[in-house]
Amino acid sequence: MINFQYARASDVADAVRRIAADPAAKFIAGGTNLIDLMKEDVERPTRLIDISRLPLKAVEETADGGLRIGALVPNSDLAYHPLVAQRYPLLASAILAGASQQLRNMASTGGNLLQRTRCYYFYDTATPCNKREPGSGCSARNGLNRMHAILGTSDSCIATHPSDMCVALAALDAKVHVAGPSGERVMAFADFHRLPGTTPQRDTNLRSDEIVTAVELPAQGFAGHYSYLKIRDRLSYAFALVSVAAALELDGNTIKQARLALGGVAHKPWRDTSAEAALRGQATTPATFAQAADLVLRDAKGFAHNTFKIDLARKVIVRALTQAARGTPQSQSNKKIR
Amino acid sequence: MALARKRATDEPIQVPEKIAVSLIVNGVERQLKVAPWTTLLDALRDHLDLTGTKKGCDHGQCGACTVLVDGRRINSCLTLAVMKDGAKITTIEGLATDGVLHPLQQAFIDHDAFQCGYCTPGQICSAVGLLAEGKAKTADEIRELMSGNICRCGAYPNIVAAILQAMGRS
Repeated sequence: MINFQYARASDVADAVRRIAADPAAKFIAGGTNLIDLMKEDVERPTRLIDISRLPLKAVEETADGGLRIGALVPNSDLAYHPLVAQRYPLLASAILAGASQQLRNMASTGGNLLQRTRCYYFYDTATPCNKREPGSGCSARNGLNRMHAILGTSDSCIATHPSDMCVALAALDAKVHVAGPSGERVMAFADFHRLPGTTPQRDTNLRSDEIVTAVELPAQGFAGHYSYLKIRDRLSYAFALVSVAAALELDGNTIKQARLALGGVAHKPWRDTSAEAALRGQATTPATFAQAADLVLRDAKGFAHNTFKIDLARKVIVRALTQAARGTPQSQSNKKIR
Repeated sequence: MALARKRATDEPIQVPEKIAVSLIVNGVERQLKVAPWTTLLDALRDHLDLTGTKKGCDHGQCGACTVLVDGRRINSCLTLAVMKDGAKITTIEGLATDGVLHPLQQAFIDHDAFQCGYCTPGQICSAVGLLAEGKAKTADEIRELMSGNICRCGAYPNIVAAILQAMGRS
């Protein structure tokens, strides 16, 4: 691994001061993605600022009935937290669909948001990659792109965001609390991650001198009707080819409210509010769900090796919505899809 | 085509001083001085001569480096030793007490839950963490929550059987 300096932040303000003072520094919390990228010579910080001991580890109820999750709550603790398991089982299910228990024990909530793509070319420093080296070109567009995006791509980048947790957070309409030199601000989850456009080197709208302090969930958790369905090359411990977070609020067989977000298909967790609006007031039938899927995928575009994802996504959307409507969410241990 | 890789700053980096770290490893306090980039795995193997913990992929994909930090299983290859100053580390060397094998070690022998043995310390430490978590009740759940430990020999059925035995369910 490369050489670097190490410092420990004493509080959030100290962390912000330190990162603002050193543009070549990076925060480290769980380290599960950053240390890997440093071993691969993709990330080359001159200094690591250890934030892992900051007091951002609480899961607290908010005044309006929601939940505030500290940025350093480990993924496993969040998935198993009684309030999350009970009121936001979609989030718990998505977390448990990702990584391994060892990694979930290390990885933090904020770090999960900030993890970087697993595009092979991003990792391979011998090949051009606009995300790693702006302006060098995209090797994936005409390369091995089976894992890559079908929605929201650009000429510069067709990488996907790898997180499962973030797909559920997008569907649940979470907010991201951040702190910087000029104080705190709150970002809607949809505004946190970016599409690649001409600047794929920027994954998020977090500024370089800001720190994620918490993720906030609104009161509505869709605990009665939800499913997180993830399709991958092996049954566990693999990134999604396509994943779908589906959540419904029903009145009998009529959809009062719907949430729909996809993973593995875009540079960011792909929530489609037009498809959600189209589901509203409709009956929970396969035809309704197929129409919603067509809406989500109306602009989908495949590349040489990943066109299969368009039809796969259509099927996974219909199945996840069906599971949600039936109240039979996908199990994350018995992988049979029913 | 090799691309020139530059840091965000052109200023030369001073090689940092080694940092004093105290780890409580298998119940014994150990003082060591490590460079910031020393992983917990390398600290255990190269500084403390505890070579039971294995380096497989060194990228958090195989689980061979699994140890327990403050009772929780983690990949020691993706953790910096300096970040764990003051932590309690349990490795495969710390599981037996007074010459008596840990129930999981005995169960792995009883069920022939390995062939080459390279993944075994990680498998067993991971299973110790799994039992402490108390989330796995069925074979399906054991398989899912042990998926971070790869066994190239394919001893999985026997590993699951060994863990079921240690859970008192066989």
